[in-house]
Amino acid sequence: MTLMTKFLGTGAALALTAGAALADPALIYDLGGKFDKSFNEAAFMGAEEYAAETGGSYKDIELQSEAQREQALRRFAEAGFNPVVTTGFSMSSPISSVAADYPDTKFVTIDGYVDPSEHPNVLSILFSEHEGSYLTGVLAALASDTGTVGFIGGMDIPLIRKFACGYAQGVLATNPDATVISNMTGTTPAAWNDPVKGTELASAQISQGADVIFAAAGGTGIGVLQAAADADILSVGVDSNQNHLHPGKVLTSMLKRVDVAVRESMAQGADLETGVMMLGLAENGVGYALDDNNADLITAEMKSAVDAAREQIIAGEVTVHDYSSDDSCPALSF
Amino acid sequence: MDKMPAWADAVLVPLISILLAALLSALVILAIGESPLDALTLMIEGALMRSSGWGYTLYYTTNFIFTGLCVAVAFHARMFNIGGEGQAMIGGLGVALVCLFIPFPHWSVALLVATLAAAVFGALWALIPAYLQAKRGSHIVITTIMFNFIAAAVLNYVLVNLLRPTGAMDPATATFPAATHLPTFQDMFATPDNPLFRGAPANVTFFLAVLACVAFWLVMWRTRLGYEIRAFGHSESAAKYAGISPVRITVVAMLMSGGLAGMMALNTTMGEAERLVLNATEGAGFIGIAVALMGRSHPVGIFLAALLFGFLYQGGAELALWTSIPRELITVIQALVILFTGALDNMVRMPLERVFLALRKGA
Repeated sequence: MTLMTKFLGTGAALALTAGAALADPALIYDLGGKFDKSFNEAAFMGAEEYAAETGGSYKDIELQSEAQREQALRRFAEAGFNPVVTTGFSMSSPISSVAADYPDTKFVTIDGYVDPSEHPNVLSILFSEHEGSYLTGVLAALASDTGTVGFIGGMDIPLIRKFACGYAQGVLATNPDATVISNMTGTTPAAWNDPVKGTELASAQISQGADVIFAAAGGTGIGVLQAAADADILSVGVDSNQNHLHPGKVLTSMLKRVDVAVRESMAQGADLETGVMMLGLAENGVGYALDDNNADLITAEMKSAVDAAREQIIAGEVTVHDYSSDDSCPALSF
Repeated sequence: MDKMPAWADAVLVPLISILLAALLSALVILAIGESPLDALTLMIEGALMRSSGWGYTLYYTTNFIFTGLCVAVAFHARMFNIGGEGQAMIGGLGVALVCLFIPFPHWSVALLVATLAAAVFGALWALIPAYLQAKRGSHIVITTIMFNFIAAAVLNYVLVNLLRPTGAMDPATATFPAATHLPTFQDMFATPDNPLFRGAPANVTFFLAVLACVAFWLVMWRTRLGYEIRAFGHSESAAKYAGISPVRITVVAMLMSGGLAGMMALNTTMGEAERLVLNATEGAGFIGIAVALMGRSHPVGIFLAALLFGFLYQGGAELALWTSIPRELITVIQALVILFTGALDNMVRMPLERVFLALRKGA
């Protein structure tokens, strides 16, 4: 037994010294995987941009199981990677239990929240999705002929309701008589990657008269955008710029700059400032996408209206209600 | 005598199967341009050369021992319980309810009650398929598979609508009170100047799993019930003739099987996550089938096979961390081992048997 203990102890000491020289950043993707065409892929793009700009390198891992969340955090921290960037709200509770053991390592949780007073070495990056969604709501209301617009969410969690609520507020502020139809794909993580169900929900909304549909549903949204393009109505993409998926059929995309968050965190390296960072319209953390693919869809009046709304929100003249602040929405009932 | 010696059957066949699987895995790794030797070294170093690596290996091992025993009980009664996954999920629900709603004074009491809850919940989930098999002749494979989906749906409903704390994004329960947290290997073995098992999830339930192995052996080979189960498995008509009730044995064996699967949840839910998450079982119920096949439904074999799969899981995690071998390929390697040890068992056994028989004739 004692021999065994000694042997294991030496192994641990060796492993610790072996990796201590590194100071590269590391990135941990959530269970959805690296290439999900949406959230995690945006993080990957950000990391690639960091590598291309600085010539640096980074380490990344796709998780396979729940137990690996803590394991990956610990192993990266022990090997000297700094900062350790993670995507998805599921990482915030593992970070809370690990952070105190590695005070010299900076952890970043994107979309998650860790109390900064308890864990001073964690940066929580949150996005004002409600503000960005408000802008797409303004555009949707202006583009709609029928006065009925749709919203299709992925998994029914407060975060997605936050998207829906901001969107509905934008629609109703522009056209008080408009109708907003809202559907969620499901209540499990499988709802993030179910394009067939997305197509079905979109068809159902189209038959109810919707002629612009906003999909905030990860991979499920691919099906929504496809169904909208097939029915010759407009759709709104999410997270990354998805305008190019069906040129001329995607009105715009609600941009959530996960890539910028990852790139900036990595670029700051070990000197990363921790705390809670809220990326909103003012910080260009969220916004709407305008490029060659949708230039013909956004008229000059629409553009001036949405830009005016943007300025008003930044200036504080218009406040968009945040669903997650009190679990309720004045503009939409779920 | 047309059989090969027992040691060859129990040791040589699985060993050759593993070697074949390793060889094929090496070819796969070579095909994507990585070095198989480096990969193997990394796996061994990460899983067996550090105490925290052992902590993870033994954590996975604990899961696989429980699910392996679960499948083995049913095997002895010649039933194929594919429902370990669902039974473990429902077992986890039992653990969560007990931990959340009963104020325990100490973890040892909590563990005792939670073990009971996990076993009862798991067993009850197996009861319906068992009853349908015994009384109605509905095939246990079909019903247990279907019950996996029902369990997933039930768990999903309960977590999303009933047990999730308000405002939380995760479909998971609140964290269990501190009094129910089980001591990990780190708590038990680490000293200030020798931080063993740092951060690893292996916990006291590992010893429970070892105890379960011993109990399994005692019940199966040293009690009347075990004899009846094995007799029923060997020949239903002979068992009937001897006065053994098929209905009783089917139901009892499935209850034991479900109870063992349910107890797996102690390790993941109470030992590791300290809350019930949606994805707590992670396929361990299915790995249990491979473990039971490889371990010849004997507790010693199951323990060793569980250790091997624990090593594969932890080693696979190390590969994912430090190489660019994609995680899908790690699943392929794990699947190859299952394929060779479980499904292609006879491919190794039959030629080996022939070799032994030929040797015997020559002698």
